[in-house]
Amino acid sequence: MSNYTTIVSDVLVVGAGLAGERAAIEAASRGLDVIILSLVPPRRSHSTAAQGGCQASLGNCAMGSGDNTDVHFADTVKGSDWGCDQEVARLFVETAPKAVRQMSMWGVPWNRVVGGKKTLPDGREVEDPKEKEGLITARDFGGTAKWRTCYTADGAGHTLQYAVDSVVIKLGITVHDRTEAISLIHDGETCLGVVARCLKTGELRIYLAKSTVIATGGYGRLYGASTNAIINEGNGMSIALNTGLVPLGNMEAVQFHPTGMVPVWILITEGARGDGGYLLDKNHHRFMPDYEPKKKELASRDVVSRRMIQHIRKGHGVDSPYGPHLWLDIRHLGAKHINTNLREIANICKNFNGIDPVNALIPVRPTQHYSMGGVRTNIDGQVYGLKGLFAVGEAACWDLHGFNRLGGNSLAETIVSGWIVGKKMAEYTLGAAELNYQYNNVQGFAKEQQERINNLIAGKQGKENVYALRKEMEQTLMDYVGIFRNGPDLQKAVDNLKEIYHRSLKIGLQSSGKGANPELSTCLRMPGMLRLALCISYGALTRTESRGSHAREDFPKRDDANWLKRTLAYWKEGSDLPDLQYEPVKITELPPGDRGYGESSASSAEGKKQN
Amino acid sequence: MSTRKFSIFRYNPITPEVKPFMQEYTIEEPPGMTIFVALNKIREELDPTLMFDFVCRAAICGSCAMIINGKPRLACKTLTSDLKGTVTLMPLPVFKLIGDLSVDTGTWFRHLSVKTKSWIHSSKEFDPNAPEDRMDNETALEIYEAERCIECGCCIAGCVTANIREDFLGAAGINRVARFMVDPRDERSKEEYFDVIGSDEGAFGCMGLMACDDNCPMQLPLQLQLSFVRRKMVSFGLSIK
Repeated sequence: MSNYTTIVSDVLVVGAGLAGERAAIEAASRGLDVIILSLVPPRRSHSTAAQGGCQASLGNCAMGSGDNTDVHFADTVKGSDWGCDQEVARLFVETAPKAVRQMSMWGVPWNRVVGGKKTLPDGREVEDPKEKEGLITARDFGGTAKWRTCYTADGAGHTLQYAVDSVVIKLGITVHDRTEAISLIHDGETCLGVVARCLKTGELRIYLAKSTVIATGGYGRLYGASTNAIINEGNGMSIALNTGLVPLGNMEAVQFHPTGMVPVWILITEGARGDGGYLLDKNHHRFMPDYEPKKKELASRDVVSRRMIQHIRKGHGVDSPYGPHLWLDIRHLGAKHINTNLREIANICKNFNGIDPVNALIPVRPTQHYSMGGVRTNIDGQVYGLKGLFAVGEAACWDLHGFNRLGGNSLAETIVSGWIVGKKMAEYTLGAAELNYQYNNVQGFAKEQQERINNLIAGKQGKENVYALRKEMEQTLMDYVGIFRNGPDLQKAVDNLKEIYHRSLKIGLQSSGKGANPELSTCLRMPGMLRLALCISYGALTRTESRGSHAREDFPKRDDANWLKRTLAYWKEGSDLPDLQYEPVKITELPPGDRGYGESSASSAEGKKQN
Repeated sequence: MSTRKFSIFRYNPITPEVKPFMQEYTIEEPPGMTIFVALNKIREELDPTLMFDFVCRAAICGSCAMIINGKPRLACKTLTSDLKGTVTLMPLPVFKLIGDLSVDTGTWFRHLSVKTKSWIHSSKEFDPNAPEDRMDNETALEIYEAERCIECGCCIAGCVTANIREDFLGAAGINRVARFMVDPRDERSKEEYFDVIGSDEGAFGCMGLMACDDNCPMQLPLQLQLSFVRRKMVSFGLSIK
């Protein structure tokens, strides 16, 4: 086959979750011709699974009183363990309240302030002022000084995605769903679009555009146990890395959410603890105050996850066929609260565990949840290394989250960075020269993918089974690149993954590979997923300090003298390890200090003992 | 460990010479097995060509609806232990078949949104520096109640009218319009709503058999929403001059 269907637009957005669609809207509303590619219909994107909410310092509710962008900024920087870009964090916190209000205009039914006195689950009395009634309210989340997380019950991601997608539909933006970008097209300097495979027919197509936006979300499914949707395999990061020109930032920064439900690893929102839920051990003892007297269950996610594992290691976990776990207790919040504000998680508990959290404890264990790292961009969302290429949302390392993201900052990032990067991308596109390409070069990229497919079908490189390799990769990351890390384990991970990577280049199909063959889809992704796994593991092995979610047992302290820097992982052709480079982290306002929670904090159990 | 037999609809449009047929697979059945777990096991161990759709596997994205032992349900949250005997899986009717158990709900639901103009119709310009318009919390909760639809297609697949007439928007469409009708931010007039849904394609196409209400995995009050919209349409229809 030598002729491919070629589709040309001004802007090509890869990924139809919140960040991608929000960016597409900015371009389309400036008159640009936009096409969105998506693995699934937009409303099935993983953004819809976000439950808890969206941080913005509106300060409307009583417990949010006195909040402002400076407080949100400080919380975000401390949360990131000083790993984030402070200029980006500043831009983000200033824009978040506006973005949340804009979403209200677009249709999100944010929960609102109801005036009057109320008693919190811990006995505190608060009074929401009458003059604030009807404004957007907020709930408590981890690592925040104020109640700042705006929400719609526990379906915030769902209502945001539906509102943003309704604007995409209103503007008539073209969406090609069930389409997977499998390679970027570029000329060494400028990105020209993608080669994509239609997941309805198996056909390869060429998409050309002046600007391409990667908005494909995270890579959670590299891990065997992840809260992520099964489509979160880091595709956009892979195709960017495969160019050899584009670096991935801080891939070793992997978030584990404290409350994945055992044994299906579906997320139980942080809102459950934000609304007053407790973590209990096998003796039904509420243990978090022992470790974190100040923030208790609402320290940052990296800290709570570590405390849970620490407590399990001391023998206080509940034994189960799926390994030891702890309990999440929300019974004291009452049936009315659970069945309105936490209804979706009540349903999840019933559907997948046969329990009703109104009167039963929820089994939980920290579970892979979020990728702080991703395609490295500047503050405008422009990707390092290729012109005309942008990245937003979880797929990007913008870098708002550093080494730990605060709950509620990812939904907020999608609508804020989608807006800001969308605008910058639109301006770039309007100012860009006409699309300039050599058709031979473009077709070469498609031919290369066609050849990969032909080889896989013919079993030309070998007969390795893709599902077997995948399980080995998942298990390696689970066993050696988890919450607590150390040199020997990480070395083992790197060695294993290298070996699996070499085998992944020898995969052969068991089936015919015809049409929208699902086995072929997985085979095409597998080497790229292993490259990401190697970026994560090798980056973690090399970073000899502990920062945020990256906790080294052999290097337990944060080391600002040597490691206040961001990892940039490049993949050179023919290599089996990433080439790691580093860049300094920009500190503009808040110099490194005490986070106020965690093992090194003066306010923690260890810190108290030291003083 | 006990085993479980599955009988699964097979058809791949790229090989039309192979007529649709039912294929049987038997796998081990560990405790707590869902159809999600079972189908992945079948694909990975017995038949890598089998096509089906899952995304969130947590009953919130609406991707995995199929006919399970005769009823439209979400496969991810269906436990095999709740089913008797051989588990029969068929793709949802009404939607275009992609292959095996996979159907194109995306195109259908985008059409629904276009047809019902499912976005906030407002003449207001967004002012980034102004506070948000106020809304009663009860109203916000009422909007969310209808907004909880996940577009899985169970109400459409089980609907007699939708199976007979191609243009019927079904309970999902009617519920969608109800969502905008209770939203004070939407400025559409009675006439505009009537245009959208006051026809046989919308509120008046329903035969009242209420399979939608029985089958909705989100337990949306579809029967109530239908009567709400129908009564509104009658009163709008009578009042339009």
